[in-house]
Amino acid sequence: MADTIQPRDAKDVEAAVQWALAEGKTAEIVGHGSKRAIGRPAQTDLTLDLSALTGVTLYEPEELVLSAKAGTPLAEIEALLAANGQQLSFEPMDYAGILGGVAGRGTIGGALAANVSGPRRIKAGAARDHFLGFYAVSGRGETFKSGGRVVKNVTGYDLCKLIAGSWGTLAAMTEVTIKVLPRPETEQTLLVRGLEPARAIEAMTSAMGSSCDVSGATHLPAGVAVRVEAGVIAADAVTALRLEGFLPSVAERKRMLEALMKPFGELATLEAPGSRALWTAVRDVAPFAADRSNRSARQDEQPLWRISTAPSRGAELGAMIASAAQAQMFYDWAGGLIWVALGACDDAGAALVRRAVAATGGHATLIRAPASVRAAIDVFAPQDAAVAALTKRVKESFDPRGVLNPGRMWAGV
Amino acid sequence: MSLAMPAPDQAVLARRESIVAALRAIVPGEGVIAAEREMRPYESDGLTAYRQLPMVVVLPETTPQVSRVLAFCHAEGIKVVPRGAGTSLSGGALPLTDGVLLGMAKFNRIREIDFANRLAVVEPGVTNLAVTEAVEHAGFYYAPDPSSQIACTIGGNVAENSGGVHCLKYGMTTNNLLGCELVLMTGEIVRVGGKHLDAGGYDLLGIITGSEGLLGVVTEITVRILKKADCARAVLVGFASSEDAGECVAKIIGAGIIPGGMEMMDRPAIHAVEQFVHAGYPLDVEALLIVEVDGPRAEVDHLIARIEAIAASCRALTCRVSTSEQERLLFWAGRKAAFPAVGRISPDYYCMDGTIPRARLPQVLKRMRELSETYGLAVANVFHAGDGNLHPLILYDANKPGELERTEKFGADILKLCVEVGGVLTGEHGVGVEKRDLMPAMFSEADLNQQQRLKCAFDDKGLLNPGKVFPTLHRCAELGRMHVHAGRVAFPDIPRF
Repeated sequence: MADTIQPRDAKDVEAAVQWALAEGKTAEIVGHGSKRAIGRPAQTDLTLDLSALTGVTLYEPEELVLSAKAGTPLAEIEALLAANGQQLSFEPMDYAGILGGVAGRGTIGGALAANVSGPRRIKAGAARDHFLGFYAVSGRGETFKSGGRVVKNVTGYDLCKLIAGSWGTLAAMTEVTIKVLPRPETEQTLLVRGLEPARAIEAMTSAMGSSCDVSGATHLPAGVAVRVEAGVIAADAVTALRLEGFLPSVAERKRMLEALMKPFGELATLEAPGSRALWTAVRDVAPFAADRSNRSARQDEQPLWRISTAPSRGAELGAMIASAAQAQMFYDWAGGLIWVALGACDDAGAALVRRAVAATGGHATLIRAPASVRAAIDVFAPQDAAVAALTKRVKESFDPRGVLNPGRMWAGV
Repeated sequence: MSLAMPAPDQAVLARRESIVAALRAIVPGEGVIAAEREMRPYESDGLTAYRQLPMVVVLPETTPQVSRVLAFCHAEGIKVVPRGAGTSLSGGALPLTDGVLLGMAKFNRIREIDFANRLAVVEPGVTNLAVTEAVEHAGFYYAPDPSSQIACTIGGNVAENSGGVHCLKYGMTTNNLLGCELVLMTGEIVRVGGKHLDAGGYDLLGIITGSEGLLGVVTEITVRILKKADCARAVLVGFASSEDAGECVAKIIGAGIIPGGMEMMDRPAIHAVEQFVHAGYPLDVEALLIVEVDGPRAEVDHLIARIEAIAASCRALTCRVSTSEQERLLFWAGRKAAFPAVGRISPDYYCMDGTIPRARLPQVLKRMRELSETYGLAVANVFHAGDGNLHPLILYDANKPGELERTEKFGADILKLCVEVGGVLTGEHGVGVEKRDLMPAMFSEADLNQQQRLKCAFDDKGLLNPGKVFPTLHRCAELGRMHVHAGRVAFPDIPRF
């Protein structure tokens, strides 16, 4: 078991990294550890636990900004925002369900480092699009900052983008500033029943190409069901389209969307509570949640892939995988995001998934698999030689000795 | 020109003839321009106070040509300055006397329009407006709309992470891209992103966007396109003070409304504009707001009513709602003509671009009036009120000795003031050469060194657009040096388990 160091403040983080550097030790950075099982398994000398760096340091609702120490619980931030009629519009997903962890955990730093998002990604962006500024300690043991606390800023390189999605391999964030936005007054979801994936993507494309301002478009094929407040939906296939905003606006757009979707199939509506429950389930990939009540099923070891592709190629990609393996899947982002659960096997289905993605374009990440499998194959998308070399140079520009989360994304990075 | 640029490499200048010949072998025909008279149009960009003829201008037409030009320059140690349409307001495309100016204007084709995936694949020399024009027959548009959108190119927009009046709601360039093809200084061609969302690894697209041509040369860009809203209406509201206007903006956002556009002008700007455009702006107000909401008709009508009520609660002196598309465009005509309107009342004007936390606006405007008196130079303000992006226009006369220098000092004081109140040096125009030497007002040496180390990962010899963004240039070897005291750092006093 690696030594765990728990810094109390940013200064401690700097001191800890400097010490690790001097001792030639490597460190795994964790907040709550809610996404710890994603990526290549860490083999580090130390654990740098940032969960004691907590507290919202600035919140100005009318300026749409919030700053917090990196280890601040996401739940605390979301509650504070909700009390002020605001939200994190990137709709951060909770990985607890699929990874078998405790729901509601996770820090703001972790959400940014993993560039999390949710169904609203297609309209509002991912964490990267809301990340305004940060303080961090690089793998050189140096404290540096980037960005600011205003929503419009092009001063210097936009390092926030690079840090978002770098999984702690470049720097240990100590404080972050994010853009927050008003919470929609209400929401409704229009359901279209009984579509095959290809037809569902046509329907979602039509909806996204309209002025209905759809903020979520998912397709749950037959057999992939989720629980919502009123019970279970989607014994049969269901395609769901979310509308959010002011009451009169949602009502008008719903009329427009119904007219547009009528030719596709039988329609139904989920009012706000059911709609919220459905999109939380989609966000957290509830259909493929690890079944903690039944350990023998070892569902938490069942490979789960997250694939981002061009929406119009989604059904084709899904079909390629389904034709060659026992697979369950559903589509989010109007077909552009596919969650694929496969049966357990040596390579977690990597060869098949990579081959399919190579044909349609996009990238696939192995989100869930036993550690032995994650150690043996690429978890993140393999890169061509030029991008791999550039990635390595970028890593070295922040962390030349490979102190921070070495090998988490790729061996040697 | 008082600006210090990297010292010219005499050895490169001495080889100019052979360099030009080598470049002609890569880009045939009229793609290499070496005659002084023909290079004149490239001597400056939108920041016309600074001019410099490049060593040679190269206008490649294909990605392999860009790759070979860069590989040649990398091998020979020749500096390269990339250029789109040359509309930068921060001198981002200012040439170097010993550098190749790489003009991307011939990359002017739209390669693909994909309505199903709501994107367009374009070459970097395509103008911003041309993207919208290519897709508007189907009701789509490209959201970022910088004021220079008729002329500025997508390649330049990527380099500068350009914004526009609609970016509070629809984002800046960086929020509207899916992928690009990038040529590194070594000539290596890298493809980033594609037709899908987010990166499979590091977000290289995100770091290239806004890098001001210092990391690579973009040769193809995939942009997202959006469906146009059904309708849009604007409200024109006049206030007796900037405080009242600021309160109105805060209350609109506090009410959960994110307008498509929300612009503020101060009295000098209102008067300059009204004389020029006759948009019907009230002249007896200190601050004027244009608030536009877009969406389905029911939403727009609903929000306009709420905004009217909020304006009234903030002591608005006048409040007019556009009743036709023609009237809405008239409201905007004034704001969009603000720069030329100010240009009409003054021989020259200098456009600044800082961002501040919105609530500090009254304080910043007051301080700006004091500075205006100190420097003896008038200033008019236009302000992207939703996101706090301030464009003070300093009125001066370049023909009066010393006035440009005084203007630049005034401008620098304004930007430092922006940083002091919690804002930043530039909201959308970029650092370029203009704000380069002000960077230490916002960033520590450690901050700037880390940014330059990242540059080294893309451009190990520092040949791509040197002299921009960073006030002090360091060699990559020097930046990469580590001072690690193995075994001599005591374990810090930190809780451990």
